Amino acid sequence: MNTPSIAAYNFAYLDEQTKRMIRRAILKAIAIPGYQTPFASREMPMPYGWGTGGVQVTASIIGPDDVLKVIDQGADDTTNAVSIRKFFAKVANVAVTTRTGEATIVQTRHRIPEEPLSEGQILVYQVPIPEPLRFLEPRETETRTMHALEEYGLMHVKLYEDIARHGHIATTYDYPVKVEGRYVMDPSPTPKFDNPKMHMSKALQLFGAGREKRIYAVPPYSRVVSLDFDDHPFEPQTFDKPCAMCGAESVYLDEVILDDRGGRMFVCSDTDHCETRRAKGHRGELAGEIPEAAQ
Amino acid sequence: MYVAVKGGEKAIDAAHRLLADRRRGDRDVPALSLEQIAGQLGLAVDRVMAEGSLFDPELAALAVKQSRGDLIEAIFLLRAYRTTLSRFGYARPVDTAAMLIERRISATFKDLPGGQLLGSTFDYTHRLLDPALATDEAVDAPDHRAGDGAATPRVTDLLGDEGLIEPDAKGGAEPGDLTRISPEFPMDRDLRLQALARGDEGWLLALGYSTQRGYGRTHPFVGEIRIGEVEIEIDMPGLDFPVVAGRIRLTECQMVNQFKGSAKEPPQFTRGYGLVFGQSERKAMAMALVDRALRARDFGEDVVAPAQDEEFVIAHCDNVQATGFVEHLKLPHYVDFQAELQLVRAMRAEWASAPEDERREAAE
Repeated sequence: MNTPSIAAYNFAYLDEQTKRMIRRAILKAIAIPGYQTPFASREMPMPYGWGTGGVQVTASIIGPDDVLKVIDQGADDTTNAVSIRKFFAKVANVAVTTRTGEATIVQTRHRIPEEPLSEGQILVYQVPIPEPLRFLEPRETETRTMHALEEYGLMHVKLYEDIARHGHIATTYDYPVKVEGRYVMDPSPTPKFDNPKMHMSKALQLFGAGREKRIYAVPPYSRVVSLDFDDHPFEPQTFDKPCAMCGAESVYLDEVILDDRGGRMFVCSDTDHCETRRAKGHRGELAGEIPEAAQ
Repeated sequence: MYVAVKGGEKAIDAAHRLLADRRRGDRDVPALSLEQIAGQLGLAVDRVMAEGSLFDPELAALAVKQSRGDLIEAIFLLRAYRTTLSRFGYARPVDTAAMLIERRISATFKDLPGGQLLGSTFDYTHRLLDPALATDEAVDAPDHRAGDGAATPRVTDLLGDEGLIEPDAKGGAEPGDLTRISPEFPMDRDLRLQALARGDEGWLLALGYSTQRGYGRTHPFVGEIRIGEVEIEIDMPGLDFPVVAGRIRLTECQMVNQFKGSAKEPPQFTRGYGLVFGQSERKAMAMALVDRALRARDFGEDVVAPAQDEEFVIAHCDNVQATGFVEHLKLPHYVDFQAELQLVRAMRAEWASAPEDERREAAE
């Protein structure tokens, strides 16, 4: 037996026919904002649930001149972000960056960058469960009908029950939104803190769910409204403290456990935002205590 | 501490180097060859080919080696390679009646045309660990007898002559390709069978078993199981006869199930079908049980059990999808967890500040 040699892969891994199929799904998704467009998701060389949908969307839209940024939990250096960035650097040989402002495509899992995106940029979300109604109704046959009939009462009942039980809506991420007044959409498991950034975003937002074989989109300058009630308006998270590294306020923070005696620090989840601020001289209360070399 | 929670390229590279080291193991022990894996762990290779949906023993053996014997990981490797292969075309349906039979048994007839042929099987072995296998002891050559050339018709064809069993579905339509579409429910049987053929053996085994224990009973009999090689024929443009592209080894199970009949249909036996690459009776039988259970609606049976629920069975039968999504939970989820931490802290603060009677009310 000879060890088989596997032929070279096409630019950005997927063959051109597959990219064409995915681009068609993307165009349809853009034409019907918030609608979950079925597509013939391919098996990818990374596991389902690890970004195969986002990777397929990125692979279909990326060109040799693009500059790619990949984040996971807001950070460029988390393991899966590193892995996906390396994948595209290898199969598409594109320029990669950690700077939000320099990227033409930002692939993300669970966060929207703090720095507002601009026209011409594309934000690609990795989506595990695209169906916002899934945990209220497990059957795809049912939920598709509910979307078709704009039958979203179940979701409002769920949110109402939260209020009845807890006094407020107890959904903190995956917080449902309505796009352009029609489709209720799952923003992917971003914290609800990020929901307002989706509204009237200048960037195109594409969502890829590989295992569930769905693509959806929010075109630039679209209305994206988090579901709520008149007497219980939507409220994003707020933090009491600024980032301990860069002093930023009104950003999403990660809680880091410093010791086993209850020591905690809060730092920017968006590493690029934090680094950029520190480079400009901003300092948080613990910035001096962290050895820079270790990073 | 802050740095430790972050990953980084160096850590990933080092982890992969360690993986390669552990895969190789003790350097004083010779490395496994692909011939050894394909030749001596043939049923592992068969499972990887079946659920990887790619018939290539050599690549499957490589996948088994690369995955350190983790068969779902090996299936994943083979799938990720298969997906990059271009489609030349679709073969004609294989003719299992013309199979070069290695094993063929029927549980419904004591003897039948073509006979019962045990072939190589674990059935009737006593499961006693064999110390002789711990060393490289010589193994006797098997007996071979020349085939008599007689046909081995399928049991379902024999029963079909009397109209006792439902006929084959009408053929001729272009079959769907599960890997090239976004499947929708309800699904046609061709796609459903594809999904089951790629589906996880353990999942199908448990579901098939559940039908035997009363969760969607189908009263099954093994009409027959046959294992052997069939020819793959392809129609080529410009040729008015099919061309044989190669041979593959298959296990086919025809399950014969009871059906009482209805106002529309006279009483007759119904069928469940299992077909997998290589040699795997367990998978083929389980697949046939589940296929029949999933046809409940066709026969006007009540859909009450998990094995009869198409969306539930098919949406969760793919082990590459399942393992990916289950294992993705080890990816970082700090931002979502942070959101939940905040919520739980806020709710605890509310709880602590509320008077006792209000708490009791809230709990009710």
